[in-house]
Amino acid sequence: MHLTSHSFEPILKKDAAANHIRPSMTYWQDAWRRLKKNKLAMIGLYIILLILLIALAGPWLSTLSYSDQDLTATNQSPSAEHWFGTDNLGRDLFIRVLYGARISLSIGIVASILNLTIGVIYGGIAGFFGGRTDKVMMNVVDILYGIPVLLYVILLMVVLEPGLINIFIALGIAYWLRMARIVRGQILGLKEQDYVLAARTLGAGSWRILFRHLIPNSMGPIIITMTLAIPEAIFTEAFLSFIGLGVAAPMASWGVLASEGITSLRSYPFQLFFPAMAISITMLAFNFLGDGLRDALDPRVRR
Amino acid sequence: MNSNPLLSVEELTVCFDTFAGEVKAVDTISFQVYPGEAIGIVGESGCGKSVTAHSIMQLIPTPPGRYAKGKILFGKDDLLQKSEADMAKIRGNDISIIFQDAMTSLNPVLTIGMQIGESLQLHQHMNKQDAYARAVEMLRLVGIPSPEERIKEYPHQFSGGMRQRVMIAMALSCNPKLLIADEPTTALDVTIQAQILDLMKDLQGKLNTAIILISHDLGAIASLCSRVIVMYAGKIAEAGTAIDIFHQPQHPYTWGLLQSLPRIDMMQKQKLAIIPGQPPDLLSPPTGCPFHPRCPHAMSICQEHYPETTVLTKGHMVHCWLQHPDAPKPNREVTA
Amino acid sequence: MLRYMLIRIFNSLLVLLAIITITFFLMHAIPGGPFTSEKNIPAAVLKNIEEHYRLHDPLWKQYIDYLGNLTHFDLGPSFKYAGRTVNDLIRESFPVSLQLGMVSIALSILLGIPAGAIAALRQNKWQDYATMFLATLGVSVPSFVLATLLIYIFAIKLSLLPAAMWGGITYMILPALTLAGQPTAFIARLTRSSMLEVLAQDYIKTARAKGLSPALILYRHALKNALIPIITYIGPMAAGILTGSFIIENIFAIPGLGRHFVTSIYNRDYTVILGVTIFYSVLIIGLNLIVDLIYPLLNPRIKLTGKQGE
Repeated sequence: MHLTSHSFEPILKKDAAANHIRPSMTYWQDAWRRLKKNKLAMIGLYIILLILLIALAGPWLSTLSYSDQDLTATNQSPSAEHWFGTDNLGRDLFIRVLYGARISLSIGIVASILNLTIGVIYGGIAGFFGGRTDKVMMNVVDILYGIPVLLYVILLMVVLEPGLINIFIALGIAYWLRMARIVRGQILGLKEQDYVLAARTLGAGSWRILFRHLIPNSMGPIIITMTLAIPEAIFTEAFLSFIGLGVAAPMASWGVLASEGITSLRSYPFQLFFPAMAISITMLAFNFLGDGLRDALDPRVRR
Repeated sequence: MNSNPLLSVEELTVCFDTFAGEVKAVDTISFQVYPGEAIGIVGESGCGKSVTAHSIMQLIPTPPGRYAKGKILFGKDDLLQKSEADMAKIRGNDISIIFQDAMTSLNPVLTIGMQIGESLQLHQHMNKQDAYARAVEMLRLVGIPSPEERIKEYPHQFSGGMRQRVMIAMALSCNPKLLIADEPTTALDVTIQAQILDLMKDLQGKLNTAIILISHDLGAIASLCSRVIVMYAGKIAEAGTAIDIFHQPQHPYTWGLLQSLPRIDMMQKQKLAIIPGQPPDLLSPPTGCPFHPRCPHAMSICQEHYPETTVLTKGHMVHCWLQHPDAPKPNREVTA
Repeated sequence: MLRYMLIRIFNSLLVLLAIITITFFLMHAIPGGPFTSEKNIPAAVLKNIEEHYRLHDPLWKQYIDYLGNLTHFDLGPSFKYAGRTVNDLIRESFPVSLQLGMVSIALSILLGIPAGAIAALRQNKWQDYATMFLATLGVSVPSFVLATLLIYIFAIKLSLLPAAMWGGITYMILPALTLAGQPTAFIARLTRSSMLEVLAQDYIKTARAKGLSPALILYRHALKNALIPIITYIGPMAAGILTGSFIIENIFAIPGLGRHFVTSIYNRDYTVILGVTIFYSVLIIGLNLIVDLIYPLLNPRIKLTGKQGE
């Protein structure tokens, strides 16, 4: 090496240390990077986007409507004219599956938004105020948790009579418990952290801290829970349809279409096949995305 | 110290492959441990001391870890060349390790007796009764009262200090030649820390076990070790006898560590010094000497070249450009 | 420990009371429901109903009476069929459902736990990907799709197994497999994540540092810890299998309670719906209670704290 007299001159104190710190990624950038690396999750995401697009734009693809009957063309096999065939009333199954996407997805989304709203408010309040409030509120949740929910969704649907709005209501009020528990756990952990203390010292009010600091920082688990709640709601609706408590005819969710298809399984298996595929693919896509999000957003597994 | 070394680490380099690139967690370090002696490895978190310890036991998960270079000679055998099955015969028998967090290092669903006994059954081929008897004896040795009762209990029924005693009993049960203690007292209260260190010192004398004590706490090291290695950013900054390091330290990083220790003779108004800045990110380590961005005595050359080894006395060596004849004489008390 | 058990039992009773109350008043909210006499129902049934529920009494008294009947397990008469009580129905058909359910639970555990453990041990290798792909498929495919698929392949195309009805082992294979599908997949996923978490624990490192063989580490140190969370899934699993049976028993025409329950929903046989819902709820809550009471025995950590470990 080459030494000069210059070599031993002290260097002035500088921000050299700062130069050697890795450029930091925000939590969301990091999560997105990790999600992008997960092939299955990305496939799931694209499938969901595609299904959403089809559900929104699909009905314009054809002049037929989901309720148009053609009694001269009943129970036809898939063909160029009727891609997925027709049902026993001569309704085009492709069109019905497209409309079914709207109904099934809207059930999934609305139900999970309802869960989110109730769960976040309830869990947020319990976690944030802590102490006795928390104890009472969480005891209520624990007690409700012991109730077999699906039975009560059935009961509720029996009482309310089948219909889209009633399904929203039944699913919305039945499945918020998990969200409430998760939010409460997150908030409880977060509120002890320094930045919350700092915000409080600076005079931020309780509600401001809750909605500006705590809930945004709990978004990871909330998003995961929501992603997994959507397929669950779709599932539950399919289940309800099967036992005759789904949306009312002539509207049809995928669950209704599938349970109609089962009755003619022996003679026309395609009538079950297409709605069943639609449900399964959607569920799979949401589950892959949900798993991917869990891996990407959970700070414990970050590397 | 005149005999052959028990353990000789030669130019060990351990890398981790992360998504952002390769990290050299341990970079070309060499040191020896002689039978029955206690050496200390000190440094801030992330300096590579735990990786060194885990490497000796080959507990580094590979991948992402990788032993890139060097040897770890235990007696005459290179541990890095051993098969997993051969290594398993050495672990817990010839070399033992205790970890930082005794709270989590014991299996919550197995009794203490089971956990101590199982390595005896495995390595010493004892039957269950003998292993239990020996486990009771070990618990008594590490100062756990009424060991006959407590051996049937589960870890959660023990306090933090007691669990660390159990860990020590477990590690020493097969009479290992070398005990690696990876931050054994960090998770404990100060008073308990002293008790555990006393216990280790006592047992070292009784059982003639060599100890590698890994700690960020110079105080802990001072109470137990006869030789000290100061690590920084995966490299050895300075190494020497405890007397060298505590009375004749030569590396500015060692000075910083010493100044950040509270001392009884310190004036009340005197502020406890800290080393400014943070340990470097090993993904993109600083050029030259890795300590230069935080070093109050940094010179131009420190940014350019890593300092060569300077041997001061037998066993005392340092990597610092201040040792160069052309370098200015620094004032130790200067901090940033 | 005793305190913990008493609290748990008390809570379960509270849940039960809440359920009965909700159910009772929900049924009352139905226009033309079981407790009014506006609908055209057979006179004999009407008389029965009026007698049983004392419809002319005030609501609160009806409620008290209903509770009184429940204390000696009297679920009342059917709303649709004269001379038939809910108790009869349950006595006849529940054993079939129970048999099917037990086989399914056993299948889920025997298939799910090893699959999940293998996936965890071969993390990020093909065994892991294959198992987890199947498991995700398993939780994604609705049971009625799986059922029809199995019927289509094994009964219609291959003619290996009966497509429906009940009687003997061969009749049980397809419905039990279908019913076990989702819980198996769920247990596999749960075992995997629980196992991975355990394998990352310090005490596993300690076990390795002792020189134990991988098999011994897995068997003695990892498995027991990893299985603890799975115990807590037994309650929800039973509930899932139970509600799953509503669909499966219908598809396979199995004369179980689930099928009767769905029929009663189609017929709006309110008293049967009410009675069976309460019966199922008691079953599930009881099971949850048992699990909660066994849990501390398996997990020494929470023995003394009296609270479930978080």
